[in-house]
Amino acid sequence: MRLDWIYVAVFAVVGTIMAALPLGIVWLLAPRVALPQKRLTYESGVVPFGQAWAQFNIRYYLFALIFVLFEVEVIYLFPWAVVFRQLGTFAFVEAVLFIVILGMGLLYAWRKGALEWV
Amino acid sequence: MFVEIVKAILETVLLFTFLAVVTAMLGVYLERKISGWIQSRLGPKHVGPQGLLQTIADTVKLLQKEHITPLNADAPTFNIAPVMVAVAGLLAWIIIPFGPAFGRIIMVRDINIGLLFFLAMASLIVIGILLGGWASNNKYALLGGFRSASQMISYEIPLALALMVPIMMAGTLSTQAIVEAQRGSIWNWYIFGGPYEWWLAIPGVIGFLVFVTAATAETNRIPFDLPEAESELVAGYFSEYTGMRFALFQLGEYAEAFGMSALAAVLFLGGWHGPWLPGVAWFFIKMFALVFFLMWVRWTYPRLRLDQLLNLSWKGLVPLGFLLVLVTGWMLV
Repeated sequence: MRLDWIYVAVFAVVGTIMAALPLGIVWLLAPRVALPQKRLTYESGVVPFGQAWAQFNIRYYLFALIFVLFEVEVIYLFPWAVVFRQLGTFAFVEAVLFIVILGMGLLYAWRKGALEWV
Repeated sequence: MFVEIVKAILETVLLFTFLAVVTAMLGVYLERKISGWIQSRLGPKHVGPQGLLQTIADTVKLLQKEHITPLNADAPTFNIAPVMVAVAGLLAWIIIPFGPAFGRIIMVRDINIGLLFFLAMASLIVIGILLGGWASNNKYALLGGFRSASQMISYEIPLALALMVPIMMAGTLSTQAIVEAQRGSIWNWYIFGGPYEWWLAIPGVIGFLVFVTAATAETNRIPFDLPEAESELVAGYFSEYTGMRFALFQLGEYAEAFGMSALAAVLFLGGWHGPWLPGVAWFFIKMFALVFFLMWVRWTYPRLRLDQLLNLSWKGLVPLGFLLVLVTGWMLV
């Protein structure tokens, strides 16, 4: 059990080193020619207009809110799904209630137009 | 303890090499060859027999390319993003069981929350992509990163809900135990309802289809390739990346696409079980069949529009996924 997570930690660390290794090789092999034009941001060949870190109208934010809601729900379903067959009918009825309530939430968001791309 | 750590380091090197050679290099070669075959052309042909060494030549070429960090970019984040995507792709493979060989099951670790771990690592890739898109300080890259984030969060829910079907049937999150539970004939595969009544094949098949659709979207592949739609966003979130850093993004993407195919084979198609051939061979046959399917879909369907994409997930797959969980539960009770 603890060994599993030691493995994951070793994988994360050594994996990072392995992934960074080709970058090191590039540092040794690749040419470095300093031309100021080369380091300009690409914008279809013209001189870039302003920064990309401007104010954007991010329409995704309602989706992000709904996502958090349903992702949490799904996380609750994981332990339920594992022990579901041992608990039987009781667990099934509980899950029906849970999913129906959140389903109504999805329906509400749907009817209110939160799922529309405006 | 020390022995275990040395073993873990060796296994990391092995798995990373496997991912680099089989998923990235062979994957790119297959993608090009299959694309060529579908479009009635030859594909790569000149480097090595049938162009087999083409991707190796490409890698050597990429190693000699200069790393350009745009002046306006946020340099530390810009450099971390591709490494993060590649490492997340690697970590997701920890829980994939390849099959029995040398008297044991070939897999890195059979973590008891395996599937949850896989999902977590798959969503780490989104963060890497979003970081890369934002750090580039390029409008195309930024839009690509945003699109990728919205798409991947939308399809993560149907993906997780489709996972519920095999989890409920097997009663465990461990991938090895799920494959063991599908032992016996082909009818014991979870796509055909597992060792239960035949009508569990209905949620089995639908769950498999939902999983494959959501997995295609998660890996940003056509018809869900809006984050890197080349006709509108140049190359999407990796527009500014050159040389090996671009290759690391590709590695992460191919590792994820192959990982999703492998997981679909493990969860629904009985993993390493099959007649006559050794288990590992069956695992690879099923995985490559699904990879081929992904590449076939690429040349069959046009790209979705963004609103169609979000509608398909929120108004189609999410309600269907919840229904799937309820129906599976009702049938199993």
